[in-house]
Amino acid sequence: MKTTTQEAPTPTGAEAGQVPANRPLFLLAYLLIGAYLGLIFVQSEVVSWFRIQEMFRFQSFHMYGIIGSAVLVGVVSVQIIKRLNPRTLTGERVQLSPKEWGDSRIPAARYWIGGTLFGMGWALLGACPGPIFALLGSGITVMVVALVAALAGTWAYAALRPYLPH
Amino acid sequence: MLETLLGPWPWYVAGPLIGLVVPLFLLLGGRAFGVSSNLRHMCAAAPTPRRWKPEFLRYDWKSSGIWNLTFVLGVALGGFLALTLIGIPDAGQSVSEATRADLRALGIQDFSGLLPDDLFSWGALLSPASLILIVGGGFLVGFGARYAGGCTSGHAISGISNLQLPSLVAVLGFFAGGLLVTFGLLPLILS
Repeated sequence: MKTTTQEAPTPTGAEAGQVPANRPLFLLAYLLIGAYLGLIFVQSEVVSWFRIQEMFRFQSFHMYGIIGSAVLVGVVSVQIIKRLNPRTLTGERVQLSPKEWGDSRIPAARYWIGGTLFGMGWALLGACPGPIFALLGSGITVMVVALVAALAGTWAYAALRPYLPH
Repeated sequence: MLETLLGPWPWYVAGPLIGLVVPLFLLLGGRAFGVSSNLRHMCAAAPTPRRWKPEFLRYDWKSSGIWNLTFVLGVALGGFLALTLIGIPDAGQSVSEATRADLRALGIQDFSGLLPDDLFSWGALLSPASLILIVGGGFLVGFGARYAGGCTSGHAISGISNLQLPSLVAVLGFFAGGLLVTFGLLPLILS
């Protein structure tokens, strides 16, 4: 099995504008979906360090209810989309490339090692990548430090990638 | 302006509204909802000489990423709209009393707004605890998300929505790491 096909660079040499999703009207749609999500993130308090602590201490159903019901809506809609196999608004077919298990001698190494490291960061910072952006917009400017640190972490992964078990 | 909409919105309202982003993404551009790839796009877009960039960051980030980068710009805009149109909910007051008691025992004093100012503010940034939480936490979020191939949105929501077992393993890892920090490291960091 190949290691990480789903993250392989997609179209090579293509101009950004030739990718249908990058056309101006679609960009506006993505901007609006983002704004919708960012607003929900703040008002449901999932961007709150307090709420993440509450979740990891199993002291409220709030976060579990949010993630659980979001996944439920996701599962049902993905099943419907798979059955109907509609064209997207960009005229393409839906790409649901499954994640690969990887070829390391350590089974599923990237998922549980990477996942554990991510979970540690999530509990420390109290925010995962989406909430970092929502918090920045909501005026918590110190989150720019967290964003730069997250970029440094991404860069470090990129540099170490050939040496890590996947 | 719309103060009556001030949170905390109940989970059964917020959760399904968040879940709707999964089909919206699939029907709009055909690609899965996932935020952390944008960290990779941002690194790939960094204006450094190409030879400084690891192979993983050498690709055409504009064609693969502009739509997704626009999406996270929107997420920040959503945070701004939440602040200006509605206001910021006092999460520190709406979390359970048990959580407040535990955090008070760890020395947290500020329970207003979304985050404790004792730790998450420019003034606190240079204290060792804040540096570990903000810089250490941020670094692990970036490193771990890319290593695992996704974050809460890509694995916990999109991945499990597509019934992918690797995503379930990643989410179990998220929880293992979170519990390790909450019950193992945090008391040491905040002591």
